[in-house]
Parts: sequence; C-alpha cells; structure tokens
Amino acid sequence: MSSLVELKQNEALEEITLEPVSRIDLIKYAGASGDFNPIHTIDDEAKNAGLPGIIAHGMWTMGNLSKLFTPYLEEAFIQDYQIRFSGMVFLEDVITLKAVLQDSSETFLHFKVAAVNQKGEDVIKGNVTLNLYI
Amino acid sequence: MYKDQIGNKSNKVKNIVERGMLKKFAESIGDPHPIFINEEYGKQTRYGQNIAPPTFPRVFDYGDIEGLYLPNIGLIHGEQIYHYERPLFVGEEVYCYTELMDYYEKEGNNGLLGFVILKRYGEDLEGKTIFTESQTVIISETVRKELIR
Repeated sequence: MSSLVELKQNEALEEITLEPVSRIDLIKYAGASGDFNPIHTIDDEAKNAGLPGIIAHGMWTMGNLSKLFTPYLEEAFIQDYQIRFSGMVFLEDVITLKAVLQDSSETFLHFKVAAVNQKGEDVIKGNVTLNLYI
Repeated sequence: MYKDQIGNKSNKVKNIVERGMLKKFAESIGDPHPIFINEEYGKQTRYGQNIAPPTFPRVFDYGDIEGLYLPNIGLIHGEQIYHYERPLFVGEEVYCYTELMDYYEKEGNNGLLGFVILKRYGEDLEGKTIFTESQTVIISETVRKELIR
C-alpha cells in the first residue's frame, strides 16, 4: 500500500474480490444494520416480491465497497460517498470492488467506484471524494 | 401522493455510536479494520480514538415523519449519498432526524414510478452537522397503485 498522494490520475486502488455471497452474509448484515426486509433473507418472500431469489441489501454492497479506502483513513476521510444501485446481487455472486482516481487537488481526491459481478456487470457505481489531511 | 408531505421532518432522536454495534457492523461488511474496532489501535491514530465506517449511520434511528408511510416490500433503493464534515467517533452522541425532500413521478419501462427523496441528518450536541445522507426510494407501479387505493 503506497500513500494516497502518490496516486496518479486514472490509477486504480488494489481491487478486492469477495467470497461468493452467502446467506449468512446477508443474515449478519440484517442483524447488524437492523434492515430486516425479508427479501434479503427469506426465499419465499423474495419470490412473492417477484424476484428470482433473495438479493443482497444494496447497503451491504455499498458497505463492502468502502473498504477499499479503509487503509487510507489516517491520510484522509471520506467526505462524499455517492452510489447508484444499478443491478441486483444474488447468492453465490462473486463481487469485485474497484476504485479509480479521476481527479485530484491539494485537498481532494475524486474516485470513480464500482462493484462488479462475475458477468462484468456493475451492480453499484458512484463516486467517492476523500478529503486529505494536510 | 407524498407531495403534500414535502418538507416534513421527524423529531430529533439521540443515538450513540455504540462500540459493540459498530464491531458487529464492521464485521458484517467484511471490514473489521482495527481503526474501527480496536481501542488501543484507535488511540494511536490521528483521531486518538476509533472511527466508524462511512455507511454505519444506517443503524441509527432517525424518528418517523408523522403520517409518512413507506411499505416494506416493493421499494427499490435507487441512490444513496453520504456527505461528511468529519468522521464519526466511537462513543459519541449523534442527534438524528429525517426530512422528506421531494416526491415526483416518472414514466419508466414498467409504468409510472414514484420517487421519494429522503434526507437524513446527524448532528452533534451543539446542532452542528456531522453528516447528511440522501436516499432515493423508487416505488414501483404495482405498489404505487396499492398505496393510492
């Protein structure tokens, strides 16, 4: 892990590929976040809602994505974190987390971020702005 | 449908960035970094204490806007935006409330969709903003019809 200020435009942070999404992941997130919408944990409820199966909480994926920046939290804090939920995450999906530096100034680093599934589809995408401690 | 509720707010609710809850949350997103959960490590950082992951405010209670009903099923989470003035610290008190910012309808591929924009606020004891969170919730045609019946 090198320092944030050494990052160049269009350079990516090291990607993280998650283990296949499991039911226990989503049960844990439901418990930790308090979001017990049953479409995330109970098969029949997901089917009743017209889904092919249970889907991950969008906020679970968004929560995972921010860990790309965790090793740098002493250099900067996450000032803005904007996400659009563009696809669903199903059980057994393999999600890869990505961040690319778009633009930077003395104080701010602007990243484009995405979580991508095994088919190469973006499931969430957005922007992160880090505010550097200088 | 929600138009007449635009601008309505909930009462402020006191929340605490609780250490045990934060540990469970960090683990649930696969990010149990010591900066979040190890007390000794936290003391050695520039913050002098542990901080919370950016999506942690999900666990807070923001109170209820009187008369606002959003069904649990049939909602699509469209967009989520966090803005921070500084990180959240473990153990601190945060005063939270929610506001209905906007409601509009748009023709989508599967009929007329409703868009609810909620903004949530986290303030310190002096009323200074620590973070805000904006959320776009999309109501499908099927659910929208149920609601106006």
